[in-house]
Amino acid sequence: MRLSPEEEAMLAGELGSARKWAVEHQLQVGRMFDAADMVPVSQAHMMADPESLGEAGVALFERFADLPERDRRVSIPMITDPRGVDLTFYDPLGQTEEMAELERRFIAACTSLGILLTDTCINYQTIMPPVLGEHVAYGDTGVVIYCNSVCGARSNFEGGPSALAAGLTGRTPRYGLHLDKHRRATRRFTVRQQPKGLTDWGVLGAVIGRKAGSYWAIPVIEGIEAVPTSDEIKHFGAAMASYGSTPLFHIVGITPECHLLEDVGGDLLHAEEVTPADIDALRRPFGAKGEKVDVVVFAAPQLSLVEMQQVAGLCKGKSIHDGTSLLVCTSPGVYADARRMGLNEAIESFGGKVLQGTCFYQQYAREIGEANGWKRLLSNSAKIVNILGGYGYAPALASMEECIASAIKGEIV
Amino acid sequence: MEKVLKCHVGIGADVVGEALVADDNFSARYDLDRIKGVFSRPTHALAGQSYRDKILVFNTAKGGVASAWMLHEMTSRGIAPKAILFNAANTILAQGAALAGLAMCDRFEDGDVTTLIKTGDVVSVYPQEGRVVVKTAGD
Repeated sequence: MRLSPEEEAMLAGELGSARKWAVEHQLQVGRMFDAADMVPVSQAHMMADPESLGEAGVALFERFADLPERDRRVSIPMITDPRGVDLTFYDPLGQTEEMAELERRFIAACTSLGILLTDTCINYQTIMPPVLGEHVAYGDTGVVIYCNSVCGARSNFEGGPSALAAGLTGRTPRYGLHLDKHRRATRRFTVRQQPKGLTDWGVLGAVIGRKAGSYWAIPVIEGIEAVPTSDEIKHFGAAMASYGSTPLFHIVGITPECHLLEDVGGDLLHAEEVTPADIDALRRPFGAKGEKVDVVVFAAPQLSLVEMQQVAGLCKGKSIHDGTSLLVCTSPGVYADARRMGLNEAIESFGGKVLQGTCFYQQYAREIGEANGWKRLLSNSAKIVNILGGYGYAPALASMEECIASAIKGEIV
Repeated sequence: MEKVLKCHVGIGADVVGEALVADDNFSARYDLDRIKGVFSRPTHALAGQSYRDKILVFNTAKGGVASAWMLHEMTSRGIAPKAILFNAANTILAQGAALAGLAMCDRFEDGDVTTLIKTGDVVSVYPQEGRVVVKTAGD
Protein backbone atom coordinates (compact mmCIF):
# COMPACT_ATOMS: atom_id res chain seq x y z
CA MET A 1 0.00 0.00 0.00
CA ARG A 2 1.15 3.51 -0.78
CA LEU A 3 1.39 5.60 2.37
CA SER A 4 1.49 9.40 2.58
CA PRO A 5 4.28 11.05 4.59
CA GLU A 6 1.86 11.51 7.51
CA GLU A 7 0.87 7.84 7.39
CA GLU A 8 4.55 6.86 7.28
CA ALA A 9 5.12 9.02 10.35
CA MET A 10 2.27 7.24 12.16
CA LEU A 11 3.74 3.89 11.19
CA ALA A 12 7.12 4.96 12.56
CA GLY A 13 5.48 5.80 15.89
CA GLU A 14 6.08 9.56 15.58
CA LEU A 15 2.43 10.28 16.43
CA GLY A 16 2.24 7.89 19.35
CA SER A 17 1.79 4.19 19.92
CA ALA A 18 -2.01 4.20 19.41
CA ARG A 19 -1.74 5.61 15.88
CA LYS A 20 1.13 3.24 15.16
CA TRP A 21 -1.09 0.31 16.20
CA ALA A 22 -3.89 1.72 14.05
CA VAL A 23 -1.83 2.04 10.85
CA GLU A 24 -0.35 -1.42 11.33
CA HIS A 25 -3.87 -2.83 11.69
CA GLN A 26 -5.03 -0.98 8.58
CA LEU A 27 -2.06 -2.25 6.57
CA GLN A 28 -2.90 -5.86 7.38
CA VAL A 29 -6.54 -5.43 6.38
CA GLY A 30 -5.74 -3.31 3.33
CA ARG A 31 -3.28 -5.89 2.08
CA MET A 32 -5.86 -8.68 2.29
CA PHE A 33 -8.31 -6.62 0.22
CA ASP A 34 -5.75 -5.17 -2.24
CA ALA A 35 -6.11 -1.55 -1.14
CA ALA A 36 -3.77 0.70 -3.12
CA ASP A 37 -3.77 3.47 -0.51
CA MET A 38 -5.80 5.09 2.25
CA VAL A 39 -8.88 7.28 1.87
CA PRO A 40 -9.62 10.12 4.33
CA VAL A 41 -12.85 9.60 6.27
CA SER A 42 -14.96 12.26 7.98
CA GLN A 43 -16.54 10.19 10.78
CA ALA A 44 -16.09 6.87 12.54
CA HIS A 45 -18.80 4.84 14.27
CA MET A 46 -17.72 1.97 16.50
CA MET A 47 -19.55 -1.11 17.66
CA ALA A 48 -18.05 -2.23 20.97
CA ASP A 49 -20.27 -3.84 23.59
CA PRO A 50 -18.63 -5.46 26.62
CA GLU A 51 -19.91 -8.93 25.71
CA SER A 52 -17.96 -8.76 22.45
CA LEU A 53 -14.98 -6.88 23.86
CA GLY A 54 -14.45 -9.00 26.95
CA GLU A 55 -11.65 -8.19 29.34
CA ALA A 56 -9.11 -8.28 26.50
CA GLY A 57 -10.92 -5.65 24.44
CA VAL A 58 -11.48 -3.28 27.34
CA ALA A 59 -7.81 -3.64 28.33
CA LEU A 60 -6.81 -2.52 24.80
CA PHE A 61 -8.82 0.69 25.22
CA GLU A 62 -7.37 1.30 28.67
CA ARG A 63 -3.85 0.93 27.29
CA PHE A 64 -4.56 3.73 24.83
CA ALA A 65 -6.38 5.80 27.45
CA ASP A 66 -3.21 5.87 29.56
CA LEU A 67 -1.22 7.61 26.81
CA PRO A 68 -0.54 11.38 26.79
CA GLU A 69 -3.51 13.37 25.47
CA ARG A 70 -1.89 14.25 22.13
CA ASP A 71 -1.28 10.56 21.44
CA ARG A 72 -4.63 9.15 22.48
CA ARG A 73 -7.29 11.53 21.09
CA VAL A 74 -9.16 10.40 17.97
CA SER A 75 -8.56 12.68 15.01
CA ILE A 76 -12.10 12.80 13.54
CA PRO A 77 -15.60 12.81 15.07
CA MET A 78 -16.13 9.32 16.42
CA ILE A 79 -19.37 7.94 17.86
CA THR A 80 -20.51 4.66 19.41
CA ASP A 81 -23.02 1.91 18.72
CA PRO A 82 -25.34 0.70 21.52
CA ARG A 83 -23.84 -0.27 24.85
CA GLY A 84 -24.34 -3.66 26.46
CA VAL A 85 -25.49 -2.40 29.85
CA ASP A 86 -28.00 0.35 30.61
CA LEU A 87 -26.29 1.56 33.79
CA THR A 88 -29.64 2.89 35.08
CA PHE A 89 -31.27 -0.56 34.76
CA TYR A 90 -29.17 -3.68 34.83
CA ASP A 91 -29.68 -5.55 38.07
CA PRO A 92 -33.43 -6.07 37.39
CA LEU A 93 -32.51 -7.57 34.01
CA GLY A 94 -30.23 -10.10 35.63
CA GLN A 95 -27.02 -8.43 34.48
CA THR A 96 -24.18 -8.63 36.97
CA GLU A 97 -22.01 -6.02 38.62
CA GLU A 98 -19.05 -7.47 36.68
CA MET A 99 -20.81 -6.70 33.39
CA ALA A 100 -21.60 -3.17 34.56
CA GLU A 101 -18.04 -2.62 35.73
CA LEU A 102 -16.63 -3.70 32.36
CA GLU A 103 -19.00 -1.21 30.77
CA ARG A 104 -17.95 1.60 33.11
CA ARG A 105 -14.26 0.96 32.39
CA PHE A 106 -14.93 1.03 28.65
CA ILE A 107 -16.91 4.28 28.88
CA ALA A 108 -14.12 5.94 30.89
CA ALA A 109 -11.51 4.87 28.34
CA CYS A 110 -13.60 6.08 25.38
CA THR A 111 -14.16 9.43 27.05
CA SER A 112 -10.42 9.75 27.51
CA LEU A 113 -9.91 9.08 23.80
CA GLY A 114 -12.39 11.83 22.85
CA ILE A 115 -15.00 9.39 21.55
CA LEU A 116 -18.62 10.64 21.72
CA LEU A 117 -20.74 8.05 23.53
CA THR A 118 -23.84 8.35 21.40
CA ASP A 119 -24.67 4.65 22.00
CA THR A 120 -26.85 4.33 18.96
CA CYS A 121 -27.30 2.26 15.82
CA ILE A 122 -29.64 4.88 14.33
CA ASN A 123 -27.12 7.69 14.07
CA TYR A 124 -28.39 8.27 10.51
CA GLN A 125 -31.77 9.21 12.03
CA THR A 126 -30.55 11.00 15.13
CA ILE A 127 -26.95 12.30 15.03
CA MET A 128 -25.41 13.38 11.71
CA PRO A 129 -26.40 11.46 8.58
CA PRO A 130 -23.62 11.30 5.98
CA VAL A 131 -24.16 12.84 2.54
CA LEU A 132 -23.87 11.44 -0.97
CA GLY A 133 -20.29 10.45 -1.74
CA GLU A 134 -18.97 11.05 1.78
CA HIS A 135 -16.33 8.52 2.85
CA VAL A 136 -16.90 7.29 6.41
CA ALA A 137 -15.81 4.36 8.62
CA TYR A 138 -18.94 2.96 10.21
CA GLY A 139 -19.54 -0.14 12.24
CA ASP A 140 -22.87 -1.91 12.86
CA THR A 141 -24.03 -3.53 9.67
CA GLY A 142 -27.41 -1.80 9.86
CA VAL A 143 -25.72 1.59 10.00
CA VAL A 144 -23.43 0.78 7.09
CA ILE A 145 -26.09 -0.60 4.78
CA TYR A 146 -28.43 2.35 5.45
CA CYS A 147 -25.73 4.97 4.97
CA ASN A 148 -24.34 3.35 1.82
CA SER A 149 -27.71 2.64 0.25
CA VAL A 150 -30.05 5.41 1.39
CA CYS A 151 -27.58 8.25 1.97
CA GLY A 152 -25.10 7.29 -0.77
CA ALA A 153 -22.16 7.46 1.63
CA ARG A 154 -19.17 5.13 1.27
CA SER A 155 -18.21 2.72 4.00
CA ASN A 156 -17.18 -0.87 4.42
CA PHE A 157 -18.35 -2.85 7.43
CA GLU A 158 -15.78 -1.56 9.90
CA GLY A 159 -15.66 -3.87 12.88
CA GLY A 160 -14.79 -2.25 16.20
CA PRO A 161 -10.99 -2.54 15.86
CA SER A 162 -11.04 -1.02 12.38
CA ALA A 163 -13.43 1.77 13.35
CA LEU A 164 -11.09 2.60 16.23
CA ALA A 165 -8.13 2.55 13.86
CA ALA A 166 -9.98 4.90 11.48
CA GLY A 167 -10.85 7.23 14.35
CA LEU A 168 -7.19 7.41 15.37
CA THR A 169 -5.76 7.89 11.87
CA GLY A 170 -8.62 9.75 10.15
CA ARG A 171 -8.48 7.39 7.19
CA THR A 172 -9.20 3.81 6.19
CA PRO A 173 -7.78 1.47 3.52
CA ARG A 174 -9.35 2.23 0.14
CA TYR A 175 -11.03 -1.05 -0.81
CA GLY A 176 -14.51 -2.48 -1.20
CA LEU A 177 -17.30 0.07 -1.13
CA HIS A 178 -14.98 3.06 -1.27
CA LEU A 179 -14.43 2.09 -4.93
CA ASP A 180 -16.99 2.65 -7.72
CA LYS A 181 -16.49 -0.85 -9.12
CA HIS A 182 -17.71 -2.55 -5.93
CA ARG A 183 -20.87 -0.44 -5.78
CA ARG A 184 -22.33 -1.77 -9.01
CA ALA A 185 -25.12 -4.32 -8.80
CA THR A 186 -24.24 -8.00 -9.10
CA ARG A 187 -27.73 -9.45 -8.50
CA ARG A 188 -31.09 -8.18 -9.78
CA PHE A 189 -34.31 -8.92 -7.89
CA THR A 190 -37.87 -8.20 -8.96
CA VAL A 191 -40.48 -7.65 -6.26
CA ARG A 192 -44.19 -8.05 -7.05
CA GLN A 193 -45.69 -8.35 -3.56
CA GLN A 194 -45.50 -4.89 -1.99
CA PRO A 195 -44.29 -4.81 1.64
CA LYS A 196 -46.60 -3.13 4.15
CA GLY A 197 -45.20 -2.02 7.48
CA LEU A 198 -41.88 -2.51 9.26
CA THR A 199 -41.94 -6.28 9.58
CA ASP A 200 -42.83 -6.86 5.93
CA TRP A 201 -39.94 -4.65 4.93
CA GLY A 202 -37.64 -6.55 7.28
CA VAL A 203 -38.75 -9.90 5.88
CA LEU A 204 -38.22 -8.73 2.29
CA GLY A 205 -34.75 -7.49 3.20
CA ALA A 206 -33.99 -10.82 4.86
CA VAL A 207 -35.10 -12.80 1.79
CA ILE A 208 -32.93 -10.72 -0.53
CA GLY A 209 -29.99 -10.84 1.88
CA ARG A 210 -30.22 -14.62 2.12
CA LYS A 211 -30.37 -14.95 -1.66
CA ALA A 212 -27.48 -12.51 -2.24
CA GLY A 213 -25.52 -14.23 0.51
CA SER A 214 -22.16 -12.48 0.45
CA TYR A 215 -20.51 -9.20 1.33
CA TRP A 216 -19.41 -8.88 -2.27
CA ALA A 217 -22.89 -9.35 -3.80
CA ILE A 218 -24.77 -6.07 -4.36
CA PRO A 219 -28.52 -6.38 -5.00
CA VAL A 220 -30.54 -4.03 -7.17
CA ILE A 221 -34.27 -4.26 -6.54
CA GLU A 222 -37.00 -3.30 -8.99
CA GLY A 223 -40.76 -3.31 -8.60
CA ILE A 224 -41.07 -1.30 -5.38
CA GLU A 225 -44.04 0.97 -6.05
CA ALA A 226 -44.07 3.34 -3.07
CA VAL A 227 -41.22 5.19 -1.39
CA PRO A 228 -40.61 3.60 2.02
CA THR A 229 -40.25 5.62 5.22
CA SER A 230 -36.89 5.91 6.92
CA ASP A 231 -38.02 3.34 9.53
CA GLU A 232 -39.20 0.90 6.87
CA ILE A 233 -36.00 1.05 4.86
CA LYS A 234 -34.05 0.85 8.14
CA HIS A 235 -35.65 -2.54 8.90
CA PHE A 236 -35.20 -3.61 5.26
CA GLY A 237 -31.47 -2.88 5.30
CA ALA A 238 -30.79 -4.17 8.80
CA ALA A 239 -32.37 -7.53 7.99
CA MET A 240 -30.60 -7.78 4.62
CA ALA A 241 -27.24 -7.11 6.26
CA SER A 242 -28.01 -9.61 9.01
CA TYR A 243 -29.00 -12.47 6.70
CA GLY A 244 -26.59 -11.78 3.89
CA SER A 245 -23.70 -9.75 5.25
CA THR A 246 -24.85 -7.35 2.54
CA PRO A 247 -23.38 -3.84 2.82
CA LEU A 248 -25.24 -2.01 0.02
CA PHE A 249 -28.42 -2.30 -2.03
CA HIS A 250 -30.01 -0.20 -4.71
CA ILE A 251 -33.75 0.27 -5.27
CA VAL A 252 -34.59 1.54 -8.73
CA GLY A 253 -36.02 5.06 -8.62
CA ILE A 254 -35.62 5.34 -4.85
CA THR A 255 -32.00 5.13 -3.65
CA PRO A 256 -29.69 7.93 -4.80
CA GLU A 257 -27.22 5.99 -6.95
CA CYS A 258 -29.93 4.22 -8.96
CA HIS A 259 -32.40 6.50 -10.70
CA LEU A 260 -32.47 3.99 -13.55
CA LEU A 261 -31.62 0.28 -13.56
CA GLU A 262 -28.68 0.91 -15.89
CA ASP A 263 -27.07 3.41 -13.47
CA VAL A 264 -25.76 0.44 -11.46
CA GLY A 265 -25.45 -2.02 -14.34
CA GLY A 266 -28.69 -3.81 -13.42
CA ASP A 267 -29.83 -3.93 -17.05
CA LEU A 268 -27.03 -6.39 -17.76
CA LEU A 269 -28.15 -8.83 -15.05
CA HIS A 270 -30.65 -11.68 -15.13
CA ALA A 271 -33.78 -10.75 -13.13
CA GLU A 272 -34.69 -13.10 -10.24
CA GLU A 273 -38.18 -12.88 -8.82
CA VAL A 274 -38.86 -12.67 -5.09
CA THR A 275 -41.89 -14.95 -4.81
CA PRO A 276 -44.59 -15.27 -2.14
CA ALA A 277 -43.09 -18.71 -1.44
CA ASP A 278 -39.74 -17.06 -0.63
CA ILE A 279 -41.47 -14.75 1.83
CA ASP A 280 -43.40 -17.62 3.43
CA ALA A 281 -40.28 -19.75 3.74
CA LEU A 282 -38.50 -16.97 5.59
CA ARG A 283 -41.38 -16.40 8.00
CA ARG A 284 -42.27 -20.06 8.68
CA PRO A 285 -39.60 -20.87 11.31
CA PHE A 286 -40.65 -17.77 13.26
CA GLY A 287 -44.38 -18.49 13.54
CA ALA A 288 -45.77 -19.79 16.84
CA LYS A 289 -49.38 -18.69 17.16
CA GLY A 290 -51.05 -19.68 20.43
CA GLU A 291 -47.81 -20.32 22.31
CA LYS A 292 -46.99 -18.59 25.57
CA VAL A 293 -44.70 -15.60 25.05
CA ASP A 294 -42.05 -14.84 27.68
CA VAL A 295 -40.67 -11.57 26.40
CA VAL A 296 -41.59 -9.08 23.69
CA VAL A 297 -38.64 -7.05 22.39
CA PHE A 298 -38.56 -3.97 20.21
CA ALA A 299 -34.94 -3.42 19.16
CA ALA A 300 -32.46 -4.12 16.36
CA PRO A 301 -32.43 -1.43 15.18
CA GLN A 302 -33.14 0.92 18.10
CA LEU A 303 -36.48 2.66 17.80
CA SER A 304 -36.82 6.10 16.27
CA LEU A 305 -38.99 8.69 17.99
CA VAL A 306 -41.76 7.86 15.51
CA GLU A 307 -41.61 4.16 16.41
CA MET A 308 -41.63 5.10 20.11
CA GLN A 309 -44.82 7.03 19.50
CA GLN A 310 -46.35 4.04 17.70
CA VAL A 311 -45.48 1.60 20.52
CA ALA A 312 -46.70 4.07 23.16
CA GLY A 313 -49.96 4.52 21.28
CA LEU A 314 -50.56 0.76 21.25
CA CYS A 315 -49.74 0.47 24.96
CA LYS A 316 -51.79 3.42 26.18
CA GLY A 317 -54.51 2.50 28.65
CA LYS A 318 -53.73 -1.24 28.50
CA SER A 319 -51.75 -3.67 30.67
CA ILE A 320 -49.26 -6.41 29.95
CA HIS A 321 -49.97 -10.04 30.92
CA ASP A 322 -48.44 -11.13 34.23
CA GLY A 323 -46.30 -13.81 32.61
CA THR A 324 -44.84 -11.62 29.86
CA SER A 325 -42.19 -8.88 29.79
CA LEU A 326 -41.77 -6.04 27.30
CA LEU A 327 -38.46 -4.34 26.53
CA VAL A 328 -38.04 -1.38 24.20
CA CYS A 329 -34.54 -0.25 23.20
CA THR A 330 -33.76 3.22 21.94
CA SER A 331 -30.92 5.72 21.83
CA PRO A 332 -30.20 8.02 24.80
CA GLY A 333 -31.25 11.00 22.69
CA VAL A 334 -34.57 9.51 21.64
CA TYR A 335 -35.10 8.25 25.20
CA ALA A 336 -34.85 11.79 26.56
CA ASP A 337 -37.22 13.15 23.91
CA ALA A 338 -39.68 10.32 24.47
CA ARG A 339 -39.56 10.93 28.22
CA ARG A 340 -40.27 14.64 27.66
CA MET A 341 -43.20 13.79 25.40
CA GLY A 342 -44.79 11.24 27.72
CA LEU A 343 -44.12 8.24 25.46
CA ASN A 344 -41.95 6.33 27.92
CA GLU A 345 -44.61 6.83 30.58
CA ALA A 346 -47.25 5.19 28.38
CA ILE A 347 -44.99 2.16 27.81
CA GLU A 348 -44.07 1.91 31.50
CA SER A 349 -47.70 2.27 32.66
CA PHE A 350 -48.45 -0.69 30.37
CA GLY A 351 -45.82 -2.68 32.25
CA GLY A 352 -42.97 -2.41 29.74
CA LYS A 353 -39.47 -1.03 30.19
CA VAL A 354 -37.66 1.42 27.91
CA LEU A 355 -33.89 0.90 27.89
CA GLN A 356 -31.58 3.72 26.86
CA GLY A 357 -28.46 3.31 24.78
CA THR A 358 -28.59 -0.47 24.50
CA CYS A 359 -29.84 -3.02 22.01
CA PHE A 360 -31.22 -6.31 23.29
CA TYR A 361 -28.99 -8.71 21.37
CA GLN A 362 -25.89 -6.73 22.34
CA GLN A 363 -26.54 -6.86 26.06
CA TYR A 364 -25.61 -10.35 27.17
CA ALA A 365 -28.77 -11.81 25.64
CA ARG A 366 -27.92 -15.37 26.72
CA GLU A 367 -27.32 -14.43 30.36
CA ILE A 368 -30.40 -12.23 30.73
CA GLY A 369 -32.54 -14.89 29.05
CA GLU A 370 -31.32 -17.50 31.53
CA ALA A 371 -31.68 -15.13 34.51
CA ASN A 372 -35.30 -14.34 33.65
CA GLY A 373 -36.36 -17.71 32.28
CA TRP A 374 -37.06 -16.20 28.85
CA LYS A 375 -37.25 -18.72 26.05
CA ARG A 376 -40.04 -17.69 23.70
CA LEU A 377 -39.18 -14.22 22.43
CA LEU A 378 -41.43 -12.20 20.14
CA SER A 379 -40.29 -9.22 18.06
CA ASN A 380 -41.20 -7.26 14.97
CA SER A 381 -37.52 -7.23 13.92
CA ALA A 382 -36.52 -9.77 11.28
CA LYS A 383 -32.92 -9.07 12.27
CA ILE A 384 -33.23 -9.92 15.94
CA VAL A 385 -35.09 -13.19 15.40
CA ASN A 386 -32.25 -14.24 13.09
CA ILE A 387 -29.60 -13.53 15.70
CA LEU A 388 -31.16 -14.92 18.85
CA GLY A 389 -31.52 -18.57 17.82
CA GLY A 390 -27.82 -18.99 18.69
CA TYR A 391 -28.41 -17.41 22.11
CA GLY A 392 -30.79 -20.09 23.33
CA TYR A 393 -34.09 -18.39 22.47
CA ALA A 394 -37.02 -19.64 20.44
CA PRO A 395 -37.67 -16.43 18.53
CA ALA A 396 -40.94 -15.54 16.80
CA LEU A 397 -41.80 -12.72 14.43
CA ALA A 398 -44.95 -10.56 14.27
CA SER A 399 -45.95 -6.98 13.48
CA MET A 400 -45.67 -4.28 16.13
CA GLU A 401 -49.45 -4.37 16.62
CA GLU A 402 -49.47 -8.17 16.99
CA CYS A 403 -46.53 -7.99 19.41
CA ILE A 404 -48.41 -5.68 21.76
CA ALA A 405 -51.62 -7.69 21.43
CA SER A 406 -49.59 -10.81 22.32
CA ALA A 407 -48.00 -9.06 25.30
CA ILE A 408 -51.51 -8.28 26.58
CA LYS A 409 -52.77 -11.83 26.09
CA GLY A 410 -49.59 -13.57 27.21
CA GLU A 411 -49.57 -15.73 24.11
CA ILE A 412 -48.77 -15.15 20.46
CA VAL A 413 -51.92 -13.97 18.67
CA MET B 1 -1.96 -37.68 -0.02
CA GLU B 2 -0.86 -34.09 0.13
CA LYS B 3 -2.18 -31.25 -1.98
CA VAL B 4 -1.26 -27.57 -2.16
CA LEU B 5 -3.97 -24.94 -2.51
CA LYS B 6 -3.27 -21.40 -3.64
CA CYS B 7 -5.33 -18.55 -2.23
CA HIS B 8 -5.18 -14.80 -1.80
CA VAL B 9 -2.64 -13.42 0.64
CA GLY B 10 -4.29 -13.52 4.05
CA ILE B 11 -3.73 -12.46 7.63
CA GLY B 12 -1.77 -13.88 10.54
CA ALA B 13 1.08 -16.31 11.16
CA ASP B 14 1.59 -19.87 9.86
CA VAL B 15 -0.39 -22.57 11.68
CA VAL B 16 -1.07 -26.31 11.47
CA GLY B 17 -4.23 -28.00 12.67
CA GLU B 18 -7.11 -30.34 12.04
CA ALA B 19 -9.85 -29.17 9.70
CA LEU B 20 -13.51 -28.80 10.64
CA VAL B 21 -15.42 -28.14 7.44
CA ALA B 22 -18.98 -27.08 6.64
CA ASP B 23 -20.77 -25.89 3.55
CA ASP B 24 -22.22 -23.14 5.71
CA ASN B 25 -21.42 -19.58 6.70
CA PHE B 26 -19.97 -18.12 9.88
CA SER B 27 -20.55 -15.45 12.50
CA ALA B 28 -19.03 -15.51 15.98
CA ARG B 29 -22.09 -13.66 17.31
CA TYR B 30 -24.78 -15.75 15.66
CA ASP B 31 -23.33 -19.23 15.76
CA LEU B 32 -21.17 -19.77 18.84
CA ASP B 33 -21.33 -20.37 22.55
CA ARG B 34 -17.96 -18.76 23.13
CA ILE B 35 -17.73 -19.78 26.78
CA LYS B 36 -18.14 -23.47 26.00
CA GLY B 37 -16.28 -23.23 22.69
CA VAL B 38 -18.99 -24.92 20.63
CA PHE B 39 -21.31 -24.07 17.76
CA SER B 40 -24.61 -23.28 19.48
CA ARG B 41 -26.93 -22.16 16.70
CA PRO B 42 -29.26 -25.15 16.23
CA THR B 43 -29.50 -24.68 12.46
CA HIS B 44 -25.75 -24.40 11.87
CA ALA B 45 -24.18 -27.36 10.07
CA LEU B 46 -21.67 -27.76 12.92
CA ALA B 47 -24.18 -27.40 15.80
CA GLY B 48 -22.83 -28.96 19.00
CA GLN B 49 -19.26 -29.39 17.74
CA SER B 50 -16.19 -27.86 19.38
CA TYR B 51 -14.20 -25.32 17.40
CA ARG B 52 -11.28 -25.12 19.79
CA ASP B 53 -7.88 -25.33 18.02
CA LYS B 54 -9.53 -26.33 14.72
CA ILE B 55 -8.89 -24.97 11.25
CA LEU B 56 -12.44 -23.93 10.38
CA VAL B 57 -13.48 -23.97 6.73
CA PHE B 58 -16.63 -22.18 5.53
CA ASN B 59 -18.21 -20.71 2.49
CA THR B 60 -18.44 -17.11 3.65
CA ALA B 61 -18.89 -14.80 6.62
CA LYS B 62 -22.27 -13.50 7.59
CA GLY B 63 -23.95 -11.14 9.97
CA GLY B 64 -22.69 -8.44 12.20
CA VAL B 65 -19.61 -6.56 13.19
CA ALA B 66 -19.27 -8.12 16.64
CA SER B 67 -17.15 -10.98 15.30
CA ALA B 68 -14.23 -8.56 14.96
CA TRP B 69 -13.96 -8.10 18.73
CA MET B 70 -15.08 -11.63 19.49
CA LEU B 71 -12.16 -13.32 17.70
CA HIS B 72 -9.81 -11.25 19.85
CA GLU B 73 -11.74 -12.09 23.02
CA MET B 74 -11.84 -15.80 22.17
CA THR B 75 -8.11 -15.89 21.41
CA SER B 76 -7.29 -14.11 24.69
CA ARG B 77 -8.94 -16.97 26.63
CA GLY B 78 -7.36 -19.69 24.50
CA ILE B 79 -10.73 -21.05 23.37
CA ALA B 80 -10.51 -20.21 19.70
CA PRO B 81 -9.94 -21.84 16.32
CA LYS B 82 -6.39 -21.85 14.99
CA ALA B 83 -7.42 -20.45 11.62
CA ILE B 84 -10.47 -19.78 9.49
CA LEU B 85 -10.57 -20.37 5.75
CA PHE B 86 -13.35 -19.03 3.53
CA ASN B 87 -14.29 -19.06 -0.09
CA ALA B 88 -14.97 -15.35 0.49
CA ALA B 89 -14.26 -13.61 3.79
CA ASN B 90 -16.00 -10.38 4.63
CA THR B 91 -14.28 -7.31 5.97
CA ILE B 92 -15.31 -7.94 9.58
CA LEU B 93 -13.71 -11.34 9.88
CA ALA B 94 -10.50 -10.09 8.27
CA GLN B 95 -10.37 -7.13 10.65
CA GLY B 96 -11.01 -9.41 13.60
CA ALA B 97 -8.27 -11.79 12.51
CA ALA B 98 -5.85 -8.87 12.27
CA LEU B 99 -6.59 -7.81 15.85
CA ALA B 100 -6.60 -11.35 17.22
CA GLY B 101 -3.50 -12.52 15.38
CA LEU B 102 -5.58 -15.35 13.95
CA ALA B 103 -4.70 -16.90 10.59
CA MET B 104 -7.28 -16.28 7.85
CA CYS B 105 -7.29 -16.85 4.09
CA ASP B 106 -9.85 -16.78 1.29
CA ARG B 107 -10.29 -16.80 -2.51
CA PHE B 108 -8.92 -20.24 -3.40
CA GLU B 109 -7.80 -20.71 -6.98
CA ASP B 110 -8.83 -24.37 -7.28
CA GLY B 111 -12.50 -23.88 -6.45
CA ASP B 112 -14.76 -24.41 -3.46
CA VAL B 113 -12.58 -24.73 -0.37
CA THR B 114 -15.41 -26.47 1.53
CA THR B 115 -15.05 -29.40 -0.89
CA LEU B 116 -11.27 -29.20 -1.37
CA ILE B 117 -10.72 -29.78 2.35
CA LYS B 118 -12.49 -32.47 4.41
CA THR B 119 -13.14 -32.60 8.14
CA GLY B 120 -10.23 -34.36 9.81
CA ASP B 121 -7.64 -33.35 7.21
CA VAL B 122 -4.42 -31.94 8.62
CA VAL B 123 -4.05 -28.46 7.21
CA SER B 124 -1.02 -26.15 7.19
CA VAL B 125 -1.90 -22.51 6.54
CA TYR B 126 0.68 -20.02 5.27
CA PRO B 127 -1.29 -16.75 5.09
CA GLN B 128 1.53 -14.45 4.02
CA GLU B 129 2.30 -16.72 1.04
CA GLY B 130 -1.35 -17.34 0.17
CA ARG B 131 -0.78 -21.10 0.42
CA VAL B 132 -2.52 -23.97 2.23
CA VAL B 133 -1.20 -27.54 2.36
CA VAL B 134 -3.72 -30.30 2.97
CA LYS B 135 -2.81 -33.77 4.20
CA THR B 136 -5.81 -36.01 3.74
CA ALA B 137 -7.17 -37.75 6.80
CA GLY B 138 -6.21 -41.44 7.02
CA ASP B 139 -2.92 -41.02 5.14
